[in-house]
Amino acid sequence: MNNTIRVLIVDDEDDFRETIVKRLNARKLKAEGASGGRKALEMLKEKEFDVMVLDVKMPDMDGIETLRHVKKITPDVEVIMLTGHASVEFGLKGMQLGAFDYIMKPAPLTELLDTIGQAYNKKKEGA
Amino acid sequence: MERNYIKIWWQHCLAIVGFSVIPLLIVSISLYVIFNKIYTDQISETLLNRVEARRDTIDLFLSERISQIYTVAHTNKTHELADEAYLNKLFSIMHAKSDSYVDIGFIDKEGNHLAYVGPYHEILKTANYKNEPWFDAVMSQGIHISDVFMGYRHFPHFIIAVLIREKNERWILRLTINLKNIDDIVQKAWTGSLSDAFIINRTNKLQTLPRFGGAYLSPPFYKNKRNDLQEKAIPYPDFSSTAKTRVDRISIQGHDVFIATSPIRNTRWILVTKESPNEILFSFMQGRNWTIFFTSMGLLVICTGAVLFTNALINRMKETDRENAASSDMLLQANKMIALSKMAAGIAHEVNNPLASISENAGWIKDLLADEDISSSPNFQEFSDSVTKIEQHVNRARKVIHNLLGFARRMEPEKEKINVNNLLDETTGFLENESRHVNIRIEKQYADDVPVITSDLSQIQQVVLNLLNNAIDAIGSDGVITVGSRYLEKSDEVEVWVADSGKGMSEAELNKIFDPFFTTKEMGKGTGLGLSISYSIIEKLGGKFKVQSKLGEGTKFTIILPKH
Repeated sequence: MNNTIRVLIVDDEDDFRETIVKRLNARKLKAEGASGGRKALEMLKEKEFDVMVLDVKMPDMDGIETLRHVKKITPDVEVIMLTGHASVEFGLKGMQLGAFDYIMKPAPLTELLDTIGQAYNKKKEGA
Repeated sequence: MERNYIKIWWQHCLAIVGFSVIPLLIVSISLYVIFNKIYTDQISETLLNRVEARRDTIDLFLSERISQIYTVAHTNKTHELADEAYLNKLFSIMHAKSDSYVDIGFIDKEGNHLAYVGPYHEILKTANYKNEPWFDAVMSQGIHISDVFMGYRHFPHFIIAVLIREKNERWILRLTINLKNIDDIVQKAWTGSLSDAFIINRTNKLQTLPRFGGAYLSPPFYKNKRNDLQEKAIPYPDFSSTAKTRVDRISIQGHDVFIATSPIRNTRWILVTKESPNEILFSFMQGRNWTIFFTSMGLLVICTGAVLFTNALINRMKETDRENAASSDMLLQANKMIALSKMAAGIAHEVNNPLASISENAGWIKDLLADEDISSSPNFQEFSDSVTKIEQHVNRARKVIHNLLGFARRMEPEKEKINVNNLLDETTGFLENESRHVNIRIEKQYADDVPVITSDLSQIQQVVLNLLNNAIDAIGSDGVITVGSRYLEKSDEVEVWVADSGKGMSEAELNKIFDPFFTTKEMGKGTGLGLSISYSIIEKLGGKFKVQSKLGEGTKFTIILPKH
């Protein structure tokens, strides 16, 4: 079993997404970025991911909508909602739809890493 | 907008009073006027009847006298009448059953007494009447009743004279009437204690003795009381030309009097009666007084009712206005809050994304600084400090954003570890200068065993600050504020309290203090929102908010916070 956690970061902010990906990779995770919901769904079809970090508010297809599709296509993937948006509601709604947790943006990387780790553990237990 | 309640009060009160008093007065006054007229008319009628009855009695008396004298004059021979002994016998018969006559005389056409019977024999036997006014009158008219005059006897009297014709000779039979008879009849009209009655002739000279003012042959005088020597007697108006019975209501010397006058037939006399309305109108006056009394009572009741009713109305109006103002304020506030929270949410989103990028990039630099072998670079420490500072300030900005969201109340409370005693120290520190200024001492009663709790520092600080501000306002100046903390081991909670030595609150006020917009502070000083916001903050943090107060002793607010 490969212990490397495969993470997909979905955010329309390029600078944020790219830096996060770099930083996660630097911490021995296998991270990739997607600039939007559709892109993320395409990538999910091609590759397998353990954890997905999903921004709630994006143009084109928003986080909640993307989450619905993700849960249909690959229900195994644990999703962590990123709420840059002021509302906790979206985070809670995401959790109702099957997201693992939500994190308020901007969050320190350590918090994100913790949550990713927890999500990964949950996925492994479920598997 | 503040209404002018005093103006409304007066308008309303005057409207009620006006609309009820005016009809009441109209009814009362018109009733009074109508009754006054009816009553006066009736009194006038009564007085008219009375004076005519009295006059008729005099008429009858005089008519009887005339017919008796006429009979005597024409049933006796003239030579018999001229015989004084015969006349004396005749007069004795006439005088036997009545005291109407004083004396009798038989006079020839030259005015000389042929015979005289009576008390004034010596004076009158030799008197000549040819030049007396009555002598001519009886010569031309046949029968004559004189006015009262003094005559030769120098005593008031009046006479009835009858002319006797026989062939070409003429004689006169003359009788003096006892004035007491007329006086008696007239004086029967002195009914009440203030009424009067008398007879005057055509030259306004008294023919009878009046009750109050005047003597025979003088003009009548008005006096209100018989024995009042101070009172000036005023002549009555001249009624001597009265041609028909009449009743007048006139004012003499400020006294309201009824005067009834009636001419007496066969004479040139006028009967005058005077009545005081105070006596004859007594029951009417009583009625009038009762009317005035009841009207005044009615007015009093109306005015009292108007005042009480208006007070109640104005109070209700004030209350409604206050409620309206409160609810419109609340609506305004709610709208403001919605707008602000939308704006805050927008700003938060727009600022959070760049902040996240800055934060991640700074983090990335930090990662790189740790990995690469540039720790030996002379500027390594500078890089490291700089990045740390960037992270610090991003963190600071993040807090600002969270506070903004906290203001919008849509954000979960911050969870941070709080040393409660430190928090209290820091917060009281803000107000130490202000309280010292008004001579208020802040006493601290911290327990040592208070654990660190996890909660929202800035929100708790806001609540404590609010309570301290309220405490200072409640005291005003010179007093003690006690701030304390305690660990409740049983329930694993921390209790914080702020107590003041201020004026305290009544039970009614206590029930309202958490209501939005309720304030005991002066107009414009408090929004009435502080405690209601504090209450909702503490509730949101999972705590409890309590208050105890006693009028004159002070108020104590207690917050109980969960440890986690």
